[in-house]
Amino acid sequence: MSPRDLFGAALRGLGANKLRSLLTVLGVAIGVGAVIVLVAVGNGSGKAVQDRLEAMGTNLLTVSTTGGGGGFVRGQAGPSAQQYSLTMADAEALSDHRLAPDVAAVAPVMTSSGTATNGDTSYTVNQVIGTTPEYLPATNTPVANGRAFTKQDVDSTQRVVLLGQTAATELFGRPASAVGQTIKLGAVDFAVLGVLASKDTSGFSDPNATVIVPISTLRATQAGYGALSQIVVQAAGKDKVDTAQAEVTQLLTARHQVPATQSSPFRITNSAQILQTSQDTAATFTALLATVAAISLIVGGIGVTNIMLVTVTERTREIGIRKALGARRRTILGQFLIEATLLSLIGGAVGIIVALVVSRFQLAGVQPVLVPSSILLAFGVSAAVGLFFGSMPAHRAAGLRPIDALRHE
Amino acid sequence: MAADSLIDIRDVTKTYGAGETAVHALRGVSLRVDAGEYVAVMGSSGSGKSTLMNILGCLDVPSRGEYWLDGADVARLSEDQQALVRGRKIGFIFQSFNLIPRTSALANVELPLTYAHLKKADRRRRARRALELVGLSDRADHRPNELSGGQQQRVAIARALATGPRILLADEPTGNLDAHSTDEVLAMFDDLNSEGRTVVVITHETEVARRARRLIRVSDGRIVTDEVTG
Ligand SMILES: Nc1ncnc2c1ncn2[C@@H]1O[C@H](COP(=O)(O)OP(=O)(O)OP(=O)(O)O)[C@@H](O)[C@H]1O
Ligand SMILES: [Mg+2]
Repeated sequence: MSPRDLFGAALRGLGANKLRSLLTVLGVAIGVGAVIVLVAVGNGSGKAVQDRLEAMGTNLLTVSTTGGGGGFVRGQAGPSAQQYSLTMADAEALSDHRLAPDVAAVAPVMTSSGTATNGDTSYTVNQVIGTTPEYLPATNTPVANGRAFTKQDVDSTQRVVLLGQTAATELFGRPASAVGQTIKLGAVDFAVLGVLASKDTSGFSDPNATVIVPISTLRATQAGYGALSQIVVQAAGKDKVDTAQAEVTQLLTARHQVPATQSSPFRITNSAQILQTSQDTAATFTALLATVAAISLIVGGIGVTNIMLVTVTERTREIGIRKALGARRRTILGQFLIEATLLSLIGGAVGIIVALVVSRFQLAGVQPVLVPSSILLAFGVSAAVGLFFGSMPAHRAAGLRPIDALRHE
Repeated sequence: MAADSLIDIRDVTKTYGAGETAVHALRGVSLRVDAGEYVAVMGSSGSGKSTLMNILGCLDVPSRGEYWLDGADVARLSEDQQALVRGRKIGFIFQSFNLIPRTSALANVELPLTYAHLKKADRRRRARRALELVGLSDRADHRPNELSGGQQQRVAIARALATGPRILLADEPTGNLDAHSTDEVLAMFDDLNSEGRTVVVITHETEVARRARRLIRVSDGRIVTDEVTG
């Protein structure tokens, strides 16, 4: 029997019980579709986290102090919190290339809160950030309109401000029209130099609701000359993040004379680490989803076995007739295997089409990102499911003695 | 070896089950049928006729004894070779027609040709000719459930003839047919035999048996008489 004849016989067999074939196809389609969609969702959520973190700036180290450090050690009097406060001098030391060769840029950061007003319009800004020009490239915060402030602006304590998108919109209606205007921060006038580009808002605090001023100006007008909130450090490259972190730790430990017995009072968060951790989490999540999907694929496969067993039982007499007419074992085997494989391949194709459509939409807040290999895998697995789950019933059919099959009621 | 007989069974027994409940369907049957013979097998119900016929058609295997078909020991043939024998040398006609449901008459007749690896066009041509021979050209596209019993049996005969087998085995082929259909079927058997095909027919009807030229009577798993009648 030629492959074409086998194929035709298999199609006729499936067509003989359309509803049953359809339901079995549906089972496989759900399994295959679930694998593709769920893997795409896992992948999509991983990508979303990655994009968000990359928007924050890679190669980024954020240094802050935990205040009193590791507490009291063996009855000694605790060092005052001030001993470990971050200072402008720390920031300068960190930007010294001889002391910290793997550090590319350093920006001291002070924050305060406040209300910005433009005439009658007032807006409570999330954060007033006082820093140096290095802050913008290090944190991946480009200026959309106008310009950034310069080192001269910082040195001469200029009263200039950069507005976040939301702040600019709230105060001036259109971000572009803010440039060149004057606002009040507290009681002090500030000239708007530029407006920051919009940032992904899915973080903890809205980065678009901040304003940025030179650190010298912030200290002079609002925050006073206390400790820095943070020092933002940009490593010289992706592969230099770890060495830069070690250099920063070593330098600060030395400068603040932290005793060796004490755990470090400085907290350094590393964006690459956060990225790695969240990618690992996303991978685990994807694997979990894929497992659930694989289970539904197996259930679909069992559906194929079930239906093929019923088919073989129902058509035992037909098998007997075919054998009496000269059908060989492998012809019968082929016919039922092709039927089973066809069922699961059609199911696989339907599943893929549905998955392609479904994954164009957001699911649970995640934009699925298709993994091409998962489509290939799902299709391959659905073919294998047909062969594997169909082979038991097919072998049972092929192994029947003609007379036993013919006598079957 | 006496290879001149087409069919040669030697001391064949067939036992179903074992121990107390064993049924001895055949208790030692030896029989030779030469090419071109027309043999009728008669006997009471349960005497073992169908059992014998199934063994002759390679559908079943004897419990003991040998079966030589066309010079070959059937027991030594592989499963595939037996399938080949069933497909090419033997045409089997059943009392209950045994057409494949939901499949047209033409497709049913084509089936053994498909298993014999004929090309599509060749299959079509031969199947149509076989249907023509049994006078059912106009019913080629009908399915079994759209045909009368007599027509179904004629399709079954066309199917048995399609590969041009040397042996035609028929187990009560007219058992489900009326007098008119019976006459048609018997006329066909006469023609086939006169073409040189070997025909073995099981029947309960003396009218059918009269057409044959040799009559074998079976009783309780044994051949009791074997006589030339015409
Ligand atoms: N598969 C089987 N299992 C057990 N016993 C069987 C089986 N097939 C046939 N028999 C028994 O073997 C004996 C012979 O059966 P067989 O079908 O050959 O009779 P038969 O001569 O064809 O009868 P009929 O004229 O009624 O068709 C019967 O007693 C029957 O009960
Ligand atoms: Mg019988």
